[in-house]
Amino acid sequence: MTLLLDAFTIVAVSAGTFFFVAGTVGLLRFPDTLSRLHALTKADNLGVGLIVLGLLPQATSLGMGIRLIGVWLLVQLAGATVSQLLARAAARRNGART
Amino acid sequence: MTLLPLYYGLLALLVIGVAWWTLVARETMAAVIGFIAYGMLLGLVWAGIASVDVALTEAAIGGGVTGVLLLRAAARLRPTEPAPHEKPGLVFRVLVGIFCAIVTIGLAVVVLFPTDPAPSLAIAAAEHLPALELGNPVTAVLIAYRALDTMLEKVVLLLALIGVWSLGPDRNWGGLPGRAPAVVTDSALTFLAKLLPPIGIVFGVYLLWTSADNPGGAFQGGTVLAAMWILAMMAGLRAPPAIGSRALRLLLLSGTITFIVVGFAGFLIAGGFLSYPAAFPKALILLIEIPMTLTIAVTLGLLVSGPAERDKTS
Amino acid sequence: MNAATLFGLCGAVLVGLGLYGIIVHHEPIRKILAFNLLGGGVFVLFGIIARRGAAAGFGGDPVPQALVITGIVVAFSASAVAVTLVMRLFEVNEAARREARSGHSAEDAG
Repeated sequence: MTLLLDAFTIVAVSAGTFFFVAGTVGLLRFPDTLSRLHALTKADNLGVGLIVLGLLPQATSLGMGIRLIGVWLLVQLAGATVSQLLARAAARRNGART
Repeated sequence: MTLLPLYYGLLALLVIGVAWWTLVARETMAAVIGFIAYGMLLGLVWAGIASVDVALTEAAIGGGVTGVLLLRAAARLRPTEPAPHEKPGLVFRVLVGIFCAIVTIGLAVVVLFPTDPAPSLAIAAAEHLPALELGNPVTAVLIAYRALDTMLEKVVLLLALIGVWSLGPDRNWGGLPGRAPAVVTDSALTFLAKLLPPIGIVFGVYLLWTSADNPGGAFQGGTVLAAMWILAMMAGLRAPPAIGSRALRLLLLSGTITFIVVGFAGFLIAGGFLSYPAAFPKALILLIEIPMTLTIAVTLGLLVSGPAERDKTS
Repeated sequence: MNAATLFGLCGAVLVGLGLYGIIVHHEPIRKILAFNLLGGGVFVLFGIIARRGAAAGFGGDPVPQALVITGIVVAFSASAVAVTLVMRLFEVNEAARREARSGHSAEDAG
């Protein structure tokens, strides 16, 4: 059972890391603010979710598991708000320019 | 075989890389964002050497609050940012580079060939732990063993705030700090500013409460509270207080005053400035830490807000 | 090489980088930024060098940790004053420049 859980953790965390790397590559390679944000928010949300999911079986207590989920929710909240703000600022800038 | 050394190596390289990028970024705004990342990464470095209290402080104050302060300044100065003008000459830069490399090498030598035996006050600090009923030695040092430093630091914060306030125009003295927030209300920011503070306030209080036995403390908790306040002010949900307000000034002083009162009471109870009686030290320490946290939160928030730039009525 | 030595060397490099930034940059706000970079490096170095005293069963020596926490807060206070000073200086300069310009144009008109 623990072997199965460990395998699950390894697969999920590796997949999460892969999405993080993909998002970062997008951030570095994409040409403009909006598509960079697109790469970052989509891939990183998936990455964080998978990593938290993968770590959940490793939680030693219920409190630890709840904390992990809390971290996930807060990252979601902060990520969603900041990307909204950045996207609006970028849209304003573009609007002012054209 | 563990991958930990690899992680540490990558972390160290990343910190240096981000620091380098912060220096060479063309726009100040980009440099500040790099600096915030630098603060967070330094927090990871501190966590890597078993100094979680410092890690929390570095991430919260070194990265977070300093970042907000610099972001605000960069945003204000941006329209006037001069076009990338002439850099200092190549020869000058090379000379400075050599000089800085020598400094770095000197420091590296100190790290690689330390003196032996290492001087330490850890044992002296640990002596008092059982009497204090504190499981977190860093809190014990801050509140008891080096209480005088912590008290004087509150004074430094206060002096800095007086310095910031004094730089405002005379006609606005006693008014509201900072410029009026933009009229455009951003729904996403408002949403965050409404949703996050209840969570943040609970977390800030938790950081203070848990600091007796776990990493955390008045600085970290106070910084989280300050961040929530700054967020509400940024979103325009809360107006900053007039700096002439008497209640505000009392709040600013409460941490230092409590410290001084407890300090002098030490003469009567335990025979020395800032000595604690053997019984009830934990209750006493909470008594000091609660006003201290409030003072830190309010002072940090006001330091970020800047000097008074509008009248009370505006 | 253990983690502490590695991070100590990292701190030494950060001090060098920060120092370089303070000397080479023109804009005051960039100098303040570089100063904070330097500060971060100094704190790490201080923590690492003092940490070898880790004794009495602690993961790290608590005394330098407490001092670094104090130091981070003091560094922030200093930065806040410096940033405010820079912004005020900038505003005063702007106002003076504007005044000089309008004064000149008034003279020209008269």
